[in-house]
Amino acid sequence: MASNNYYDPADLRKFGKITEWSEELGTKFFDYYGKVFEEGALTAREKALIALAVAHTEQCPYCIDAYTKDTLQRGVTKEQMMEAIHVGAAIKSGATLVHGTMMMNKVNKLEM
Amino acid sequence: MSVTTTKKSLHKRHDDLAQANKQLEILSGGIFADGELPTFAKKIKETGQFPLRPKKLEILQINVGYMCNQVCEHCHVDAGPDRKEIMTWETMEQCLEVIKNTGAHTLDLTGGAPEMNPNFRRFVEEASKAGIKDFIVRSNLTIIRANKKYHDLPEFFKKHNVHVVSSMPHWTRGKTDKQRGEGVFDKSIKALQELNAVGYGMPDSDLRLDLVYNPNGAYLPSDQAGMEKDFKKALMEDFGIQFHNLFAITNLPIARFLDYLIASENYEDYMYQLVEAYNPAAVANVMCTNTISISWDGWLYDCDFNQMLDLKVNSKVKHISEYNEDLLNDRNIIISQHCYGCTAGAGSSCQGTVA
Repeated sequence: MASNNYYDPADLRKFGKITEWSEELGTKFFDYYGKVFEEGALTAREKALIALAVAHTEQCPYCIDAYTKDTLQRGVTKEQMMEAIHVGAAIKSGATLVHGTMMMNKVNKLEM
Repeated sequence: MSVTTTKKSLHKRHDDLAQANKQLEILSGGIFADGELPTFAKKIKETGQFPLRPKKLEILQINVGYMCNQVCEHCHVDAGPDRKEIMTWETMEQCLEVIKNTGAHTLDLTGGAPEMNPNFRRFVEEASKAGIKDFIVRSNLTIIRANKKYHDLPEFFKKHNVHVVSSMPHWTRGKTDKQRGEGVFDKSIKALQELNAVGYGMPDSDLRLDLVYNPNGAYLPSDQAGMEKDFKKALMEDFGIQFHNLFAITNLPIARFLDYLIASENYEDYMYQLVEAYNPAAVANVMCTNTISISWDGWLYDCDFNQMLDLKVNSKVKHISEYNEDLLNDRNIIISQHCYGCTAGAGSSCQGTVA
């Protein structure tokens, strides 16, 4: 390891190299990845904003780096980017809180 | 892009980067000198496109001076109110002789703010008589609102059937003002409405009004057609403004944009982006293959960027006073690493994408 950090921004540029150690799977992945982000029923910009929100919920520094740049390139404003992240945050916190109903069910079952 | 709050040009500040040779040193050093990234020459050799040669001359681009009413952070000309390099009438007369006899179909006036040249109107009046098919003036829009003496520019442009090409980095105030200066957005909107009012940019109008988009920082422009759709929708809904086409132009790493890249520690990443987005198909149509750029003092260059890097054409003919189109067209185009800016993705030129 050339770097003393687990995450190195320069590693993002090497992403494509994963194919070198498993060509068939790597190629299939990147073909799929590329296809996913093409214009479809959703615009490429809508997809980039979804990716930005998911990048944050996944807390992937590489993805945050890549999709911040990508959304900026697509003319997305800072306000739109932050709102997208709030959507991710709301789902994350909602997903935590909705499990509160499990806790409530269990308490109701156990208590007399 | 708030790293440098540039109020003065690099020239006025006596910054090292005001010197072309310093910029060229940076562009040839570092990651390109140690082989981390291939030089542009090496890259185009891979596809047999070296040396880069001109095709038929189509565009004469004349820079009538570096003076401008704005000091945009990304400006590759390093233009501003403090720049005093202005084309004289004598040089304009030499240009007019060339315009009358050229095989080019497009005349493209740029600056600075070309309208600030005291002989601008006289030059446009004379040049428009030459019968060039497409006569472009690159107007920064705010000049129309800058001073009473410029308020009638939309009518003036109309009278001479000038094709107006204007910078508009975004459809929101925040992004526009950050790049081009406080208040630029509102003035630009007003100027666009005035151009619309005399017929510019209307769907069936022959009065062409195109906008130029360039990114607001260290990233590349996105799909030109998609951006055009977004610009049209937003400018129509918010301000009732119409225009014809949007040109998405990549910022080249020279002058103030290079200064910004270095100061914000984005230089290497940006060069990586440009090299990774290299598109050989764009090389075939890059604008230096169909353009001659003429500076305020009459020197000839392969493009406006080479002009700012003081890379004069590699030809016996180097000045407007000795202009000879056949001799000029028989030359090798001078390249350096900034050229990656014109070959990234769908390519980039003063007329937008090329591939």
